[in-house]
Amino acid sequence: MDWGSIFSNAAAAAVGLDTVIYALAALGLNIQFGYAGLLNFGQAAFVALGAYGVATMVAIAGLPFGVGVLVGLAAAVVFALLLGLPTLRLRADYLAIATIAAAEVVRLLARSNTLTDYTGGSNGLQGFAEGFYDLSPLSGGSYGFGPWTFSARATWVLLVGWVLVALVALFTWAVMRSPWGRVLKGIREDEDAVRSLGKNVYAYKLQALVLGGVIGALAGFIFALGRASVQPDNYGTAFTFFTYTVLLLGGAARVFGPIVGAAIFWAVLSLTDGVLRGAISAGAIPSALMSTSQVGQVRFMLVGLALMLLMIFRPQGIFGDRKELALDAR
Amino acid sequence: MRTAAATGVGILLTAVALALGASSASAAVVPAPVVAAATPAPEASTAAGTDQAQEPAGEAVLARVRTGEGEDVAGVDVTAVQDGDVAAEGTTDASGSVELAVPGPGAYDIELDVDSLPAAVEGLEPRQNPISTQVEPGQDRTVAFRLEEAGAASADEGRGSLAPVLQRIATGLRFGLVIALAAIGLSMIFGTTGLTNFAHSELITFGALSTYFAQAVVGLPFLLAAVVGVVASAAFGLANDRLLWQPLRRRGTGLIAMMIISIGLSLFLRYLYLYFFGGSPRTYEGYSGQAGVDVLGLGLVRLRPLDLVTMALSAVILVVVALALVRTRLGKATRAVADNPALAAASGIDVDRVIRTVWIVGTALAGLAGIFLGLQQGISYLMGFQILLLVFAAVTLGGLGTAFGAVLGALVVGLFIELSTLVIPNELQNLGALVILIVILLVRPQGILGRAQRVG
Repeated sequence: MDWGSIFSNAAAAAVGLDTVIYALAALGLNIQFGYAGLLNFGQAAFVALGAYGVATMVAIAGLPFGVGVLVGLAAAVVFALLLGLPTLRLRADYLAIATIAAAEVVRLLARSNTLTDYTGGSNGLQGFAEGFYDLSPLSGGSYGFGPWTFSARATWVLLVGWVLVALVALFTWAVMRSPWGRVLKGIREDEDAVRSLGKNVYAYKLQALVLGGVIGALAGFIFALGRASVQPDNYGTAFTFFTYTVLLLGGAARVFGPIVGAAIFWAVLSLTDGVLRGAISAGAIPSALMSTSQVGQVRFMLVGLALMLLMIFRPQGIFGDRKELALDAR
Repeated sequence: MRTAAATGVGILLTAVALALGASSASAAVVPAPVVAAATPAPEASTAAGTDQAQEPAGEAVLARVRTGEGEDVAGVDVTAVQDGDVAAEGTTDASGSVELAVPGPGAYDIELDVDSLPAAVEGLEPRQNPISTQVEPGQDRTVAFRLEEAGAASADEGRGSLAPVLQRIATGLRFGLVIALAAIGLSMIFGTTGLTNFAHSELITFGALSTYFAQAVVGLPFLLAAVVGVVASAAFGLANDRLLWQPLRRRGTGLIAMMIISIGLSLFLRYLYLYFFGGSPRTYEGYSGQAGVDVLGLGLVRLRPLDLVTMALSAVILVVVALALVRTRLGKATRAVADNPALAAASGIDVDRVIRTVWIVGTALAGLAGIFLGLQQGISYLMGFQILLLVFAAVTLGGLGTAFGAVLGALVVGLFIELSTLVIPNELQNLGALVILIVILLVRPQGILGRAQRVG
């Protein structure tokens, strides 16, 4: 088994495209779920709106890349308002069902034949990312060192992605130590107490949903541009569940929780992938027991198992503070 | 308590692995076609995306042939034509798919040879033929042929405007009854324990899969296999509760934490099913391709005899469950616990016993729903998850925690999904139900039969 390449792949995955995408999505979710206690199970929809905002504006409408970004952000804000205005008055479990349904509505619309002319149907859209890569000051060759060597295009996406992650993390840190952030955390702990202090709980929740959704749209930009294509089924419920696992792994209600969570999540998945594939090709695992096409399924099982065990034994994640996270609200 | 939960989870997972492990032998005998490799399951693509982008060129067009009912059609010749020349050709396999390895990127017309359609789908013709597609470098394309009755649209007009409405009411009831069976368990489990169980979809799939296993691998006749499937589902539900949820309840785990745990369990079980069962849908032997019969003798409603039996059976079971809830001591106790667990316990009701019964009966019904669903549209590892949100819609519509509400909500959802296709395209039918779910939550969050109380 080629341990060298397995470990270097895992090291690359820890800073790779998936890590950036999920770190951003989880940073957004952290504001909603970690700080405000909102069970938003529709984060995939916000990411999809960001991705499709860019893809549709550039590939279908032929507008410049910057317009696509603005449309993606605007779409996330509008969707957050549409989703939040009616549902944020609901109890947590109802909110979860309503948001997951709304996210599925977005995905089903994006992949429907009826809207193929605008969204590309189930095939999605391609050929919209050049405007972004034209902005790149990097050219030719590869950048980085050791396992972290990427092509010029990949480096540009990762650079932009990690800058976004850093800015969002900084923003989260700043906003959560402001009075606004303290009210938000108060709502998570005891909604009625905050209400009795004369705060408009509903408005704060809505603001948190919009903010988290916009950060989700940023994840969508990186998702779409990094892959240079959008595909509706990438934004299914599994994306949201993965994002929850990332967040809970790193620790909810912690600024660096989502980032560390995403890096560990993808490094571990890459590692198990590599080890299993290596073991199969070396004959250590008989092919009757597991084929290479089943390795991807093991990955999903591991995620499910990790989500369960985390929630049972360590709901605060790696860096979280158990006292901080009152998940036991009934 | 902590260790109890730990061993609980461990035993539960081992039990699942053992139960499914037996079927790995069958997987070796019947190698699952690797359709999934060409068109990853919707969710698998999230993870597989990066790998795909780096794959070397070698484009292919994956053609799928299905009937309007969602049954795969094998043995159909499909060709890819470029500028009048045949670029690739092939014949669909058991899953109705064929991969056409085209020479390179470009525009192709994918054509289905109508003469090669098997006798089982006589009278049906593709809605669109040929289908034009543009193959991009390094990317596979999928085209789907949907077989419909010749001139389906004009035939509807010929039969008057009543016929399509009645037909859709019939199929809506058929689907609604399946959802009702699945919804009772979900609603009662929520009512008695407060658990919003996202893994309920996997309980539905479990019934269908264990029946398939009993029929295709063990070799039991279908009816016996179905009984085995229902009993296995009940046992699986009991194991779920005893080994996972009961220890968690005793630990005082919060409801939201339990909900997230159920999502993890759902993800784990779904891909465990995929691992052992494979990605391609299958059907129960002897029950595919049954022809529809004219039910009322007026040419208005056509259903398969099989559907009539399952619908009647569902209705009878639902009535029996309803009577049991209203008349028997245990049924009354169940409703009491759902109403107010603390008060029920104080008045001498064994709450644990009630919860256990609810899990057994609820999962047995969910398993039965899975078997019926498998008869209607084939068995796949995703079948439960595909209807989960509709089951949630039914439960919420009727009123979370109420058994009668769940049945009522399920019938409304089933009818709504089918009738909405009179106005909106078929592919968007589930979307209508999800929108209704959201609207109901806004207007009357307690549901039709739920008691007005603060839910927000």
